[in-house]
Amino acid sequence: MSFFLVLEERGGHIERVSWEALAAAHRLAPAGEITAVAIGAETAALAAEAAHKPLGKVVRVEHPLLAPYTSDGFSAALYQLFQSQSPTQWVVLPHTYQVRDYAPALACRMGQVLIGDVTGIEDGPVFTRQLLQGRLSGSYRHRGNGPCFVSVQAGAFRAEALNAHANAGPAPIEIFTPALDPAQIRTRPSEPFRESAQTVDLGSAQRIVSVGRGIKAAENLPLVAALAQALGAELAASRPICDNGWLPLERQVGSSGHTVAPRLYLAVGISGAIQHLVGMKGSACIVAINKDPDAPIFEVADYGIVGDLFEVVPALTEAVKAG
Amino acid sequence: MKIVVAIKQVPNRDAPVRIAAGGKWIDESDLEWAMNEPDAHALEEALQLKEQHGGEVIVVSAGPERVAATIREALAKGADRGLHIVSDDLGARDALGVARLLAAVIKPENPDLVLTGLQSEDLGLGQTGVILAELLGLPHATLILHVEKTDAGLKVKRELEEGWFQSIDMSLPALLTMQSGGNKLRYATLMGIKRAKSKEMRAVSAAELGIELAPVVTLEQISAPKKQKSTQILSGSAKEAAAALVEKLKTEARVL
Ligand SMILES: Cc1cc2nc3c(=O)[nH]c(=O)nc-3n(C[C@H](O)[C@H](O)[C@H](O)COP(=O)(O)OP(=O)(O)OC[C@H]3O[C@@H](n4cnc5c(N)ncnc54)[C@H](O)[C@@H]3O)c2cc1C
Repeated sequence: MSFFLVLEERGGHIERVSWEALAAAHRLAPAGEITAVAIGAETAALAAEAAHKPLGKVVRVEHPLLAPYTSDGFSAALYQLFQSQSPTQWVVLPHTYQVRDYAPALACRMGQVLIGDVTGIEDGPVFTRQLLQGRLSGSYRHRGNGPCFVSVQAGAFRAEALNAHANAGPAPIEIFTPALDPAQIRTRPSEPFRESAQTVDLGSAQRIVSVGRGIKAAENLPLVAALAQALGAELAASRPICDNGWLPLERQVGSSGHTVAPRLYLAVGISGAIQHLVGMKGSACIVAINKDPDAPIFEVADYGIVGDLFEVVPALTEAVKAG
Repeated sequence: MKIVVAIKQVPNRDAPVRIAAGGKWIDESDLEWAMNEPDAHALEEALQLKEQHGGEVIVVSAGPERVAATIREALAKGADRGLHIVSDDLGARDALGVARLLAAVIKPENPDLVLTGLQSEDLGLGQTGVILAELLGLPHATLILHVEKTDAGLKVKRELEEGWFQSIDMSLPALLTMQSGGNKLRYATLMGIKRAKSKEMRAVSAAELGIELAPVVTLEQISAPKKQKSTQILSGSAKEAAAALVEKLKTEARVL
C-alpha cells in the first residue's frame, strides 16, 4: 500500500500548507509510511527540504515539461507515479488553487473523487468539510477500494504539531521520471502578473473596518467610511464589494486579496466565507456586525452585534466619537 | 462559437437554512432558489462571446422539476436553448456522478466551448467542471475571469492567489470554470422573458441516460459548524450595544 503526500512549491520553497497537509496525513497513517512527492522541473532542493520532515520517503517527480505548472503535465506525471506503485491507498494534497485545478481530473482518471477542502479528520475516517459557504459542515466518507484523494484546507491542521515527531535522520530520496510529450500539454500559461495599484498598506494597518455585501449599495459606503474615520482605521472590503468596483481591489481582504492581522478587525455585513476568513483570522481582536446570528463570521469573532448595520454602524460611530 | 454553459440551482444566499430531520441535508420545503453566482458569470461570459463572434448558447442543468425555472431565467437573459437533466436524487451522487450526467448530454452537442462556474454555493465542491473536462477529453483552465477569442483558440485570464493573475493560451474545444466578478451580470428584460417562453427546452431523465448511481464519496451527515472562539454578543438596542462594544474594546480588548 502506498501513501502519497503531494507537496506544493512557491518561490523555491515548499508552501507551509503542504506541512499542514502532512499533519493531516499523520492522522491517517504512521509517519514512516508516508511518501512525499516533490514535483516540477527541478526538485532537488525541495526534496532535500522535505527529507527532514517526519515522513518515510521523498520521491522527486521531475521532468522539464513540469515547469511551468499545467494541469495536463501534473495530472499525467502523478498518474504515472501512482500507477507505478500500486496499489495506492491515499493521496493527500494541500487545497490550493493549483490543486483545485488538477486534482479532480487526476482523481477522475483513477475512477475516484477528491474529498476537497477538508477541515477535520475523525475516526472512520470521516472527513469534515464546509457546506453553504461555511454555514454548515458535512461529514464525508470514501467508499470502495481505490485510492482516496483528500485535499486539506489551509489553516485547518497545525504544521507546528510536526515538530513533536523525532526524526532519526533525513528520509531517503528517490527519483521518478515520468514519460511526457509536449503534445500532451494543451495549455500555455504566462508568467503571473499583478494589476492593482498599491497605494494603501492594509498589511501594516492597526485597525481595519471591513465592509461586505450587507451594505447593499455603493451609496451606503459613507456610513462605514465614517466609522473607519472615527476609529482611525483603514477601510477594507470583502470580494463582492471590489468585484462591483465600489472599492478598489487593493482594499480586498481574503485569499485572492490581502492577508491582514490588525489589532482590531471590524467586519460589517460580511458573512465569513472561508476565502475571506483566511485573510483576516489572524487579527488580534475581531468584531462582527451582522443581522444573521448564524453567520459564520461569528465563529471567529471575539465580539458581535446581531442587528441591522444601518442602525448599528451610525450608533457605533457616535459611541466612538463620544468615548 | 457553440457554447454550452452548465448551471446549478442553489438555495438563495440569504435564505435561512435548517437541517432536515435525519440530518442528511437541509430542509428544502420553503427555500427560495437562485442561479449559482459563478454560473451566472459563466452565462454572462458566454452571452458576450456570442454577441462578439456569433454562435449559440445552450444551458444545461441537472436537478428536480424546480430547476426548470433557473433554465428559463438563463433563456430570458439570452441563451438560445435549454437542456434539463431531470433528477431527484442528485444529492446521492458525488461530483463524478453529476459530471457523468452532464457529459452524457453535452458530448453529442459537440460544443466549441464549455463553461461552468468554479464552484457551487451549496456543496462548494469546485470539481464538477474539471471532472467534466476530463470526461469530455477537453483541455481546461479554472478560476477564469475573462475570455478572449484568438486566431489559435482562446486567451483567458486566470486568477491566482493574493491578487496575482496569469493569462493562458489554449486551443478549442476547451472547458473553463468561471470565477465571479469578471463581468457585469445583465438583467432579463421583459422582452427576454417573453421570448424565453417559446425557446426550446428539452428534458431528459437521469434514468434515460443510463448512468448508474455508484458514489465513491458520500455525504453522511450535516451539522452546525464548531465554533473556534466564544463570541461575546452585545445585546440591547443599537445604541446600547454600540456603547457596550466601545467599552469592551477599551477596557477588555484594549484596542481603542
Ligand atoms: C477562489 C475564490 C476566491 C475568493 N476570494 C475571496 C477574497 O479574497 N475575499 C473575499 O472576501 N471573498 C472571496 N471569495 C468569495 C467568498 O467565497 C464569498 O462569496 C464572499 O466573501 C462573500 O462576501 P460577503 O460576506 O460580503 O457577502 P455575503 O456572503 O453575501 O454576506 C453578506 C452578509 O451581510 C449580512 N447582511 C445583509 N444585510 C445586512 C444588514 N442590513 N445588516 C447587517 N448584516 C447584513 C448577511 O447576513 C450576510 O451574512 C472567493 C471565492 C472563491 C471561490
